[in-house]
Amino acid sequence: MLHMFAFAQSYMPIQGSTFAKGVDSLFDFTIWASIISFVILIGGLVIFVVKYQRRSDNDKTAYITHNVFLEFLWSFIPLCIFMGIFVWGYVLYKDMRQFPDNAIEVNVMGYQWGWTMTYSNGKQSGNELVVPVGKPVVLTMTSKDVIHSFYVPSFRIKQDAVPGKRSKLWFQSDRLGDYEMFCTEYCGTAHSKMIGKVRVVTQAEFNEFLAKDKSKMTLAELGQEAFNVKGCVACHSVDGTVKVGPSFKGLWGSTVNHSDGTTAVFDENYARTSILNPQEKFVAGFANVIMPTYQGQVSEEEITHLIEYIKSLK
Amino acid sequence: MSTARIDEQGNKVYMQYTDASQQDATGKHGVWLFLVTEVMMFSGLFVAYAIFKSIYPEIFYEGHKFLDWRMGALNTVVLLSSSLTMALSIYYVQKGKNAVAMGHLAFTLLCGAAFMVIKYFEYTHKIHEGLTPGHFFTYANGETANLALYFGIYYCMTGLHGIHVLTGMALIAWVMYRLKKGEFSPTQYTAVEGVGLFWHLVDLIWIYLFPLLYLVS
Amino acid sequence: MGHAHVEGSNYLNHEKGLWSWLTTLDHKRIGILYFISVMFFFLIGGLFALLIRLELMEPGQQYISADFYNQVMTLHGSIMVFMVIIPGIPAFLGNFFLPIMIGAKDVAFPKLNLLSWYCLICGAGIAVSALFAGGIDTGWTFYTPYSIKTSTAVIVFVLGAFVMGFSSILTGLNFIATTHKLRAPGMTMNRMPLFVWALYSTAIIQVLATPVLAITLLLLVAERALGIGFFDASLGGDPVLFQHFFWFYSHPAVYIMILPALGVISELIAAFSRKTIFGYTAIAYSSVAIAAVSFFVWGHHMFVSGQSELAGAIFSGITMLVGVPTAIKLFNWVATMYKGSIRLDSPMLYAIGFMFLFTIGGVTGVMLATMAIDVHLHDTYFVVAHFHYVMVGGTLMAIMGGIYYWFPKMFGYMYSETLARLSWVFIFMGFNITFFPQFILGTQGMPRRYHDYIPEYAWLNKVSTFGSWFIFAGFVIGLISIILAFRKKEKAPMNPWGAKTLEWTIQSPPIHDNFEKIPTVNGGPYEYR
Repeated sequence: MLHMFAFAQSYMPIQGSTFAKGVDSLFDFTIWASIISFVILIGGLVIFVVKYQRRSDNDKTAYITHNVFLEFLWSFIPLCIFMGIFVWGYVLYKDMRQFPDNAIEVNVMGYQWGWTMTYSNGKQSGNELVVPVGKPVVLTMTSKDVIHSFYVPSFRIKQDAVPGKRSKLWFQSDRLGDYEMFCTEYCGTAHSKMIGKVRVVTQAEFNEFLAKDKSKMTLAELGQEAFNVKGCVACHSVDGTVKVGPSFKGLWGSTVNHSDGTTAVFDENYARTSILNPQEKFVAGFANVIMPTYQGQVSEEEITHLIEYIKSLK
Repeated sequence: MSTARIDEQGNKVYMQYTDASQQDATGKHGVWLFLVTEVMMFSGLFVAYAIFKSIYPEIFYEGHKFLDWRMGALNTVVLLSSSLTMALSIYYVQKGKNAVAMGHLAFTLLCGAAFMVIKYFEYTHKIHEGLTPGHFFTYANGETANLALYFGIYYCMTGLHGIHVLTGMALIAWVMYRLKKGEFSPTQYTAVEGVGLFWHLVDLIWIYLFPLLYLVS
Repeated sequence: MGHAHVEGSNYLNHEKGLWSWLTTLDHKRIGILYFISVMFFFLIGGLFALLIRLELMEPGQQYISADFYNQVMTLHGSIMVFMVIIPGIPAFLGNFFLPIMIGAKDVAFPKLNLLSWYCLICGAGIAVSALFAGGIDTGWTFYTPYSIKTSTAVIVFVLGAFVMGFSSILTGLNFIATTHKLRAPGMTMNRMPLFVWALYSTAIIQVLATPVLAITLLLLVAERALGIGFFDASLGGDPVLFQHFFWFYSHPAVYIMILPALGVISELIAAFSRKTIFGYTAIAYSSVAIAAVSFFVWGHHMFVSGQSELAGAIFSGITMLVGVPTAIKLFNWVATMYKGSIRLDSPMLYAIGFMFLFTIGGVTGVMLATMAIDVHLHDTYFVVAHFHYVMVGGTLMAIMGGIYYWFPKMFGYMYSETLARLSWVFIFMGFNITFFPQFILGTQGMPRRYHDYIPEYAWLNKVSTFGSWFIFAGFVIGLISIILAFRKKEKAPMNPWGAKTLEWTIQSPPIHDNFEKIPTVNGGPYEYR
């Protein structure tokens, strides 16, 4: 019967996970219950305003102090509805907290401002979660710095990633496609840029993704992976838009203007210094952006890959 | 300006009250409400204590060994006696024996000072050993991780309590000043009573702090 | 004793000069001091809101950078919460009318009352000085560990909020003592106007909850300054503990913000329906019930923060209970209008607007209390829309209604009814245009505290920004109506609405002592027979 009123689905995001249908049905129910109570209440109010408007300054009004039966009615009926909604919501929530045994496990690390996913075979990806269709997936999450919250609207799931703690989340998607993934816990400058993708792919594609052999990748491809995994992507775009830091598009070989008026050509050594000692010079317009140093966090090899990747961004 | 009048007994009654007894009752009511806010404020710290005690019982055990229970016990005695003299001073004001009351208040004030001096010795000793709060914790021979957290709790609880002792002392000094000016009488002594209640609360909090921090088993 | 009444003398001209205002112990004057300061803060917070909406009009960066946006968002939130809505009704309208409504000459502790105003001003001053020390970008919730790690001036700002907390505590303490001890002869608790009941319930929360905020903020300062480790995972602490502490205060604080508004609405509905309130006892005690339950629901802010399933279920269940007393109030108000003699003067329009918006705010609150739905909606624009419906649609509508209702009593002048109604039209329409789209944005998944968003959310954001200009226009019209009232000086009668509570039995504006002679009360507050 509820499907007659499938109202929420018209503006809720696509139902991408197995939870979505249940949540949407409950949401529909609450919306209709709300609309009905709203109509009763505000409808009554409007009728009374029209019907009992003041005719003269000497109007006599009825002296009604209370009515126990009516008051009982409008406390008890809402109570029943609220309790019903509560139980329904709890049952659905319990499903979300019941972790299946045969699930694919992914470790998720939040940081300012991006996500790093680590799969069980050590494969990593940045800001992109790849999962097979029709299989339960358990995410084990934590954070490197401040609290973040992992949210995929189409899946109706959300969980905070808290530094020093491990939190878990699971879902199963039966629908191929790409889904938006947001951070919903305010985390600073690029909070609204901390957007990633969940890609639901076929089992074969997933296996291929997991097994992708690094030795068969080009240097630029390796660089692209490092760009995502190491979190460069959080602050630097590759399409020319300005995020927290300057975009990498067309950067290679260009002349960079510094905030202190000096200029330099963007070459291998410039790139290396910028990664390892980012406070040395600031690009004009970005003097107040504090990029953390990556000394000890990226190897010389990875720097080479990153440089090749930047070269490829014409 | 809020205006006051003098009633038949010579009490100063502010214009919003019908008589002195209403004024006294309201004043006392206000003091009790204020004490409720104090309890709520400290309860935050006690809750934090309970939470961390349940997560890391070992740091509390190790931490308490750095505290000298004799100092803590001495301070408990000091505060308990001060509470007694505080209560007596109210009694003597009620009896109209202002000079005796003054003596008792002075003793109470002295006890407060003694408490702070003992606390000062305890603090300097710890600071000397590097058992300083948070980032400044430099004690290297701790057996348990997070020992600094215990001292974070220790300094927060005793520190906030210490501030209350100082506040209480200031209030007692204020009451003594008013007593000297002859503002209190057997029918008008709400301020003494209010300060007394505050002082008892400060004492009571210490009675909880002492076993919680010094006598961990 | 007191002051012999001189013809034409009132609390406004009782003493003269700025100094007499800054040192006044008269609850009415302190109420006016609060009125002026709260309106000033509201203007600042409102301008920040307009700036936020302007930036969000289109996707991408429009006028302000992300860092600046985060500061503006934080300031808007904390100014509106700590400096506008919390003191708004209790310290302004409550201060002015609570003693009069129970037949008292003043509050119990006038000096503390004045001190509370200075606490607000000093606290606000300290908080604002943070702007010159690097600003603040934590959001009004100061969540750790972000508030520990950010480079902005968190300590200064938080100390400001700490001092403002005392303002709230002192007001609450004063109101409880006044209500318990200073009622006129015959004014039993069950004869008190419902506004007084609401203020009384609010005061209980202020006294019990605000000290917990105080200690929480002190611990946050200690955490930042010393690194005591309570909220820092790397030192053995727990960042989520801060959220428990914070919401233990801040959820009851939400009722500090809304309960007085519910009280105002009870007065307005009774007065403009010329009818005794329906279910006085139920409305009065439902305020106390909401206050009591409010202390046990804080965990509903944390369904996705990793708290246990059981804790979540308990918090969700108890939160549902808050809906019951709220529903009782709404139904009782509508029942009050039944067979009444209703006039749609501007205060009544605001009351009706309140019920319209507050109902929407209430039912969406039930949705958010439902665990499975909240997982999806938590920290999205749905939450933003929900609390604006309750706080702005609720509390601010009630403040406006309250101002227009009591303005003749406070200042002795009438205002232009046309302008007052016009302000209502703009605020009510603008409010819905601004915030209803945000419900849809939230269900579509747009997270809150976003400086930028994906293009799918663009058109609803644009509508929302248009709406904000209507609200602004509405408040400007409201301000003009008040300024004009002072300029035209059209004398108000003693009781323009024919209302029955005690403040309407005395002169407008009231004399310094409120009453020539303390009245003896021998009936309920709404005896329209």
